[in-house]
Amino acid sequence: MAQKTTSDETKTKKDTSLEDMKAFLAKACQAHIDPSAELMSLKRLSGGASQETWSFNIEVAGKSLPLILRRAPGGQRDADKETALPLATEAALIDLADTVAHIRVPPVRFVLASEDNLGEGFIMDHVEGETIARKILRDAEFEAIRPDLARQCGEILGRLHAIPIEQCPELRAAPAHEELAQYHQTYIAHNHPHPVFELAFKWLADNAPKNPRITLVHGDFRNGNLMITPEVGIAAVLDWELAHLGDPMEDLGWLCVNSWRFGQIDKPVGGFGQREELFAAYEKSSGIPVDPEQVRYWEILGTLKWGIMCTLMYEAFRNGTDRSVERAAIGRRASETEIDLLHLLAPQNQ
Amino acid sequence: MQDLPESVEIIDVVADFIRTKLLPQLEGHSAFHAMVAANALDIVKRELKIAPQENQAEHGRLVSLLSSEGSLEDLNRTLCEKIASGELTLETNGLKEHLWSTTLAKLSIDQPKYSAYRKSLGV
Repeated sequence: MAQKTTSDETKTKKDTSLEDMKAFLAKACQAHIDPSAELMSLKRLSGGASQETWSFNIEVAGKSLPLILRRAPGGQRDADKETALPLATEAALIDLADTVAHIRVPPVRFVLASEDNLGEGFIMDHVEGETIARKILRDAEFEAIRPDLARQCGEILGRLHAIPIEQCPELRAAPAHEELAQYHQTYIAHNHPHPVFELAFKWLADNAPKNPRITLVHGDFRNGNLMITPEVGIAAVLDWELAHLGDPMEDLGWLCVNSWRFGQIDKPVGGFGQREELFAAYEKSSGIPVDPEQVRYWEILGTLKWGIMCTLMYEAFRNGTDRSVERAAIGRRASETEIDLLHLLAPQNQ
Repeated sequence: MQDLPESVEIIDVVADFIRTKLLPQLEGHSAFHAMVAANALDIVKRELKIAPQENQAEHGRLVSLLSSEGSLEDLNRTLCEKIASGELTLETNGLKEHLWSTTLAKLSIDQPKYSAYRKSLGV
């Protein structure tokens, strides 16, 4: 799921203790990387709701190797998060993006086996860079690379969508009507009236793209999941857990959702660029023309989706799963997407 | 009648305490959650000030838009049904204005710094 700023430290206490985890991790790295590997540090990074991310270092022959562990929360897969991929599938996709589409990703070192005692997950290289949007969009060190980012996004997405479907691992298919049905169900379960969401659901049901192409879709290609450096720009595309088969324009539209512009509202592509730059680079790398109306459709769907996700995260507070302040407060961010939806569907002074 | 301090004063001082006294002593996740906590109190403060009039105005608009009476929640549920069924559309007199007014009021409470809110106010 899309939230990176949440984490529940209490969850890790419920399963294996940190010390056990360190021992298992050291053992796993000795088995899969190097028998002499020593674990030097282990730190929980803020992570998504359906996955935990840990940063750690191992020392091999006097050299420090920075690595990342991605695993299911507490090592166990949550059956409720049915949209997130099994971690072994995510690892396979990262490999595919790397080897077939030549997209920069953090290379996967190994997939956890059951005898590793760490649950479902995988180990990948730690890639240096920045994912925090506010820094990327504001700090002086990114000033020179910023104008190139929209082009880079288009270029990468063009190549990603060209990966032959036959080469993909088994993935769920989620064209527009599937996505809508799923989020409508979540909205109904939330049982709180949102007239603006209703307007969006109606418009999206009436205007779904006819016979879109079906390709591999990253599913969460946006600020926060793009590792950026001042030197190269996009140094790695992260978080493949929401990948699926669908309308490729979904990735372009999602990238333009105002929630990911972090205040830079007049730069629709991730708060750093213009749609024209994104589309031109996409067309060049994929050879497929972009229909801006179709991208707009997915921007509207994406905006609604994020609004519903805010209510869903609040539900975790309401039902007692996660009584954190953050989970409670995020419910009040649904209204941000309502004003975005009105700007898109019912602009003022028109 | 309740005694002083007023609820807004209490919320104000607690939010201020979190920001100026507590936050500097925290780091990592705790600091993040403390900041979210202070911001959440700000939402409650704004709601106490703004919601009474705005909810009343919203209720009045709903009564005339739907030509029916009921609680704010009931009328909102009816509005939702009528939008979903297509009975009310953006062409319906007053609907667009109602949605904008209601949403702007929500944002003035939830997140007055949000870019799209500021843009719609021309700030």
